[in-house]
Amino acid sequence: MSTVVLLAITGLGLGAMYFLIASGLSLIYGLMGVLNFAHGAFLTVGAYAMWYSETKLDAVPVVPRFILAALVGLVVGTIVAALVELFLIRPLYGRHIEQVLVTVGLGLCITALIRSIWGPDPKFVALPPWTRETTSVLGASIPNDRWIEIITAALVLLGLNLFLRRTRYGLIVRAGVENRAMVTALGIDVRRAFTLVFAIGGVAAALAGVLSALYFGTVDPERGTSLLIFAFIVVVIGGLGSIGGTAAAAVLVALVQQFANYYASAGMGDLSVVLLLAIVLLARPGGLTAAAPA
Amino acid sequence: MTRAQIRAVVVPVVVFGLLAIVPKLAVDIPVLFPGSLDSPGTLQLLALMLTFAGLALTYDLLFGFTGLMSFGHALYFAVGVYVAAVAMTKWHWGFWPSILFTCAVGLLLPVVLGTISLRVTGIAFAMVTLAFAQAGSVLAFKNPGGLTGGEDGFGVDYTKLPSALVGIFNTKNLYWLALVYAAVVFVVGRWAINSSPGKVWQAIRENELRVEVLGMRPFDYKLMSCVLASFLATLGGIVYLMLISGASPDVTTPPFTLALLIMVVIGGTGSRWGALIGGVVYTYLDHRLADLSGSSAVSGLPSVLRVPLREPTFVLGLLFILTVYFAPGGLARLGRIRRRPTTFEEAL
Repeated sequence: MSTVVLLAITGLGLGAMYFLIASGLSLIYGLMGVLNFAHGAFLTVGAYAMWYSETKLDAVPVVPRFILAALVGLVVGTIVAALVELFLIRPLYGRHIEQVLVTVGLGLCITALIRSIWGPDPKFVALPPWTRETTSVLGASIPNDRWIEIITAALVLLGLNLFLRRTRYGLIVRAGVENRAMVTALGIDVRRAFTLVFAIGGVAAALAGVLSALYFGTVDPERGTSLLIFAFIVVVIGGLGSIGGTAAAAVLVALVQQFANYYASAGMGDLSVVLLLAIVLLARPGGLTAAAPA
Repeated sequence: MTRAQIRAVVVPVVVFGLLAIVPKLAVDIPVLFPGSLDSPGTLQLLALMLTFAGLALTYDLLFGFTGLMSFGHALYFAVGVYVAAVAMTKWHWGFWPSILFTCAVGLLLPVVLGTISLRVTGIAFAMVTLAFAQAGSVLAFKNPGGLTGGEDGFGVDYTKLPSALVGIFNTKNLYWLALVYAAVVFVVGRWAINSSPGKVWQAIRENELRVEVLGMRPFDYKLMSCVLASFLATLGGIVYLMLISGASPDVTTPPFTLALLIMVVIGGTGSRWGALIGGVVYTYLDHRLADLSGSSAVSGLPSVLRVPLREPTFVLGLLFILTVYFAPGGLARLGRIRRRPTTFEEAL
């Protein structure tokens, strides 16, 4: 029983990261039709910005230092994402293939740049001691950082839903996902929403980067790329452009992965996720929520 | 025959003919190559360049000619490398049975995976192929049953290889093998593109809906393109295995597929010469940039410039982005009239 609880909660922690990456991907794809291959790089940039500012703030006690560094990570991730949209994606509007190609190149470049500056080895991050301790739940010792990840993702899910349903910009984004041409015809400049959606995606990805530092205790240049692949799977299973579907799929994928890794053998988790993807595609090609892609 | 038809025969014959006599040339090209053209080191590099040129062309059949953006092409190349290596080294099969078995896998696997992944189109297709390739990569890294050697890979049992392909003195034979591979892909590619299914591929690339309205099933043609491109990639994997006489999981990773995409785009999508040139340029830079950046011209630069130049991926990625913005037709179409940028619009 305690093993099941541990696996389930650890799985939720992993699912939280998948959700944070996948929600941005899904929104960007839903609104702009661009699959953002640089999204993993936003995550890595956020994580490294956090690690770097931690090393510069070593006079500050560990808890405020972690929070400050995490904020720096988020800000840097957001700025990078918004700049990428403004200067690299914007000139290529309407040319989806070229946009995807640019994000592919950008993902490779940013990762290679980080590797060439700080080396390929993982860097240890100073974390508040509380996150390294465990809490006992139903006989299972759960590492405390899992709670932070789960709660953060839940808050982001709530916040995104509030933003999409209660604000004017959220309305424009939702309408744009539904039918971009109609929104433009009604005299609303959807393109301004593009930058916004990229910035939201960037902040979520950087948040995932900070949480991944918490989850793994380290940052490394390939972190974003390796998480991005599972985020892609989550986006396809959840249905492109649907936040609720993405959240459900993130939890499903992470749980399947955790349990298969433990009960079958290491590596089986990744394979069963791919199998899950194949089954979902055979049964419902549009993903679980079957939202029609824009 | 028209002049264009004559040129279509003469140019490849001359180019591949000239490439065939390279191992007989004792010419030294300083800086560009590590040794004279007939030295094993240079021939090995040239052979790698030719293998990847052929491989890039197989990817161009999918991406450039059919408009299918696959992110899993590495899988089929890896099948060629790993299945042949495992059959010869771990199962102790003979050379030809191993090759035949690898070809059979290389033919069946894309039929099965293509049938599943082609149920979706556009970006979802890209992601599904990426996921399948990732599964292959996991298999290679996790070393199930001690078969794949995990992160380090393993060396092939060279007693099983034909003796003409073993040893440093026979590097020229490996070079010719790679040249034959590139030429075969080139010829088969031309035959396929000019065949009537090939015309349908290009129609699908331009407008899939229209093909469907004309009463054809795009699925069948896309599957055909997938299987042909994947099978040719598997052959490339076998050639690569002979070249480096071992299997390493690098060739299974997503960045490897992205490298193919970069080769094709830098060279010029939807152009056979473009893909070949892209493969050659990419492989050359990937192997030589590290050496070139050690040269005196680069070490004089400030560290802001010098550090990124050490990473071939960074330079190649940058070159790739610049190509997308400023030379959308790639190297093959530099100086010619730009294609309409919206040509690929319907593919997504």
